[in-house]
Amino acid sequence: MPDTNEPLIFEMSRKGRTAYSLPALDVPAEDEKKLLPAGMVRAEGPDLPEVSEIDVIRHFVRMSRRQHGVDVDFYPLGSCTMKYNPKINERVVALPGLADIHPYANEALVQGALQLMYEMEKYLAEISGFDRVTLQPAAGAHGEFTGIQIIHAYHNAKGHKKSKVIVPDSAHGTNPATSAMVGYEIVQVKSNERGGVDLESLKSVLDDQVAALMLTNPNTLGLFDENIHVIADMVHKAGGLLYYDGANANAIMGYARPGDAGFDVCHLNLHKTFATPHGGGGPGSGPVGVKKELIPFLPTPTVEYDGQKYFLDYNHPQSIGKTKTFYGNFGVVVKAYTYIRAMGPDGLKRVSEDAVLNANYIMQALKKDYWLQYDRTCKHEFVLSGKWQKEKHGVKTLDIAKRLLDYGVHPPTVYFPMIVEEALMVEPTETESKETLDRFIKTMKEIAAESEKDPEMVKTAPHTTPVGRLDETLAARKPILRWKKEA
Amino acid sequence: MKYLPNTDEDRQEMLAAIGARSVEDLFNDVPKEVKFKGQLKLPAAMSEPELLAHLSKLAAKNGDANDYACFLGGGVYDHFIPSTVAAVLSRNEFYTAYTPYQPEVSQGVLQSIFEYQTVICQITGMDVSQASMYDAGTAVAEAALMACAVTGRKEIVISEAVHPEYRAVLQTYIQAQDVKVHVAPAKDGQTDPEKLAALVNDQTAGVIIQNPNFFGCLEPVEEIEKIAHAKGALYVVDVDPISLGVLKAPGDYGADIVCGEGQPLGNPMSFGGPYLGFFAAKEKFVRRMAGRIIGQTLDVRGQRAWVLTLQTREQHIRREKATSNICSNEALNALAALVYLVTMGKQGLHEVAQLSLQKAHYAAKRITAQNGYELAFKAPFFKEFAVKTPVAPEKISAELAKKGILPGLDLAKFYPAYKNHLLVAVTERRTKDEIDALAAGLGGLK
Repeated sequence: MPDTNEPLIFEMSRKGRTAYSLPALDVPAEDEKKLLPAGMVRAEGPDLPEVSEIDVIRHFVRMSRRQHGVDVDFYPLGSCTMKYNPKINERVVALPGLADIHPYANEALVQGALQLMYEMEKYLAEISGFDRVTLQPAAGAHGEFTGIQIIHAYHNAKGHKKSKVIVPDSAHGTNPATSAMVGYEIVQVKSNERGGVDLESLKSVLDDQVAALMLTNPNTLGLFDENIHVIADMVHKAGGLLYYDGANANAIMGYARPGDAGFDVCHLNLHKTFATPHGGGGPGSGPVGVKKELIPFLPTPTVEYDGQKYFLDYNHPQSIGKTKTFYGNFGVVVKAYTYIRAMGPDGLKRVSEDAVLNANYIMQALKKDYWLQYDRTCKHEFVLSGKWQKEKHGVKTLDIAKRLLDYGVHPPTVYFPMIVEEALMVEPTETESKETLDRFIKTMKEIAAESEKDPEMVKTAPHTTPVGRLDETLAARKPILRWKKEA
Repeated sequence: MKYLPNTDEDRQEMLAAIGARSVEDLFNDVPKEVKFKGQLKLPAAMSEPELLAHLSKLAAKNGDANDYACFLGGGVYDHFIPSTVAAVLSRNEFYTAYTPYQPEVSQGVLQSIFEYQTVICQITGMDVSQASMYDAGTAVAEAALMACAVTGRKEIVISEAVHPEYRAVLQTYIQAQDVKVHVAPAKDGQTDPEKLAALVNDQTAGVIIQNPNFFGCLEPVEEIEKIAHAKGALYVVDVDPISLGVLKAPGDYGADIVCGEGQPLGNPMSFGGPYLGFFAAKEKFVRRMAGRIIGQTLDVRGQRAWVLTLQTREQHIRREKATSNICSNEALNALAALVYLVTMGKQGLHEVAQLSLQKAHYAAKRITAQNGYELAFKAPFFKEFAVKTPVAPEKISAELAKKGILPGLDLAKFYPAYKNHLLVAVTERRTKDEIDALAAGLGGLK
């Protein structure tokens, strides 16, 4: 990566430079003072930078060269499913007939878009085993919010008063944060020695106050809960519902459907399982599937088909309302739709098979070098620990992660889940070749050896990146959150 | 399979290394009670040429803003997107990156968000910005929740002239919490300050308006600021970012939180998303803001660099005590907004806003010159305005579509009281010919 510091675009500004061109006004000009109240007008534009087009392009291209992405090299970031993003998806979404359509256009003029959404809903329902799906949520956490709202509305409609949501100690932070936003108290259940939900712990917290249990399966340890049907039964008997966090659905396509396993509501992350790019943090899309009895509570509008035309249906009196404007992140849905059509049912099944195979291959190869707390077949990801390196050589998981950067590999997710100390959560995905996996294994073994022979070198890594380790304390203690012109 | 590099031989070697007989063995931990035994009922795989043809066919069934002169608005506008935006967004390093948790190899994304935060502050006149919300609707909802957290109060007053979909999202966000929303009525296309004042009291956490509002009209922003602050409520203003090329920044009339729909800044209309909600505030509220924030710092070599900061507000650290559950945001759309704003620059944004302003007023003049059409409201407007129509908007829409025009939004869709009202938006992309054709088309209807 180039190590020259790139100035901020504001520091490149020169008065009078421009990077835009617009047509001249072709209607008679009116005096602006007559059109707008005097107190509301600003004399000139806001203080944005003044640069030419080449400045803009070189600036961002140079910045991009200081950035790791899936298209640059391996990105085994656990729980994030950093798989390859097919290029046809980008091409399709830019078609004018999909990119340049207004959400309030007459339904007659958006039949193609509505058809795509209608079909996509059916595909996702089939893959997950649910009766209906909404495409409205913009992200995984937003899907959780929509799903928990649906559960809340369901209990209200039944006249049930519920105050709690149960989450396992291995859950993503979004699960408790979401439940809190819907007004629930959070109850945590422990994991057992096999990495699944501890049934005794679950039993002790189940009562008639439980609105739902939120579960990721396979969980954040990459382990499929072997008692899932028992858990579902226990929660249902106590009057609660089951929420499936689909963050890890890449492991199970064609092998298990949360809808068949007793879950009542689920979200899927199109930006994980269905190959849409993460964009440096977004946009995502988090469609939510529900069982039949929860359909009335879905957000509005739904997409319907009357045999001749597709239409938006707002008439759902029990609906939770809207969780987002319009109909969701349509552009992301288009890419995921394209992916599903490219793969077909056999292709999607093979996706999960190869994701699981790749993960187990790396796990087996590294378990003598790094501590593996749960030594059983994993699904699409697994969690190693830097505990041995820390105890023997004072090298922490963070150091191992930073050292990986010197090898051009993005590190795994670190220090999560919290139930494994010094956690290193590895998710290779199915789109990586055996050669890439072998290179990663070799690198991890080398770092284990380096930790023994030259711990200081590992502890001061990275050495080859454009910037070294950052002072995060300084950033938080004296926050500089924007550029300002020097006085 | 082109996205799956493992060959059968690779798979056999890997299975042997693991000590498994078959791939199916790796799924033995799935209890038989829940194992899926059938085949997923999905259409068979398509080759790339077939797939492109299929999607092109679906796309061709839609009427897009290249074939139709788009006068539709309501929060989503057909502004021109400069070529620099696609050039930058197609950089693989940006669009195939994850959230920049490893700053040493994420300076590109981190610096771009820091610059995004800066341009959002520059146009809104605020001190701090976060890295983006999903859209304006969720930004308004997060602003309301933040106002409650800051003030310790539980009531929100929102103008009826705020986008009805934003208000609907707000309602969903607060309905399970102990927060009450009061809607302040509009009169003649503007929020009625007297009626608003009657709803604001010492229980009010925040007063939320939109400027220009859903009807396109400018609000009495200074009067409302006084009402909100007199009772210690936060003043939340949702703005059209393009309007800030000619209109005073909300920071200059006392807003505490400024949010809005970032779509007009370099993002295609894309049938409603993905867009971004921008969200900026006064400095003293920074630790109450939701979502990611990027800060400047130094690395061990003494170089200036950027990093995620103030993370103790967020769900991955604070879990149920976080300011919000937001995790994924709209980073790539925020990058588009940044590239748009630096491409347009100080002069360009001013010019886009002026062109939109002038053309909208020309359109209003031409339309109201037709028999039976008149402006619905007398209040000043920026680029969007409502007209009373002698013909049902539904008919107008259908008839003008035949002439290649999307004439505007039927106001009664959201405000049943405004029967026979059309909301017309005019951006810099609309030509005199298109505006004249719209006016002539409306005038020709019976």
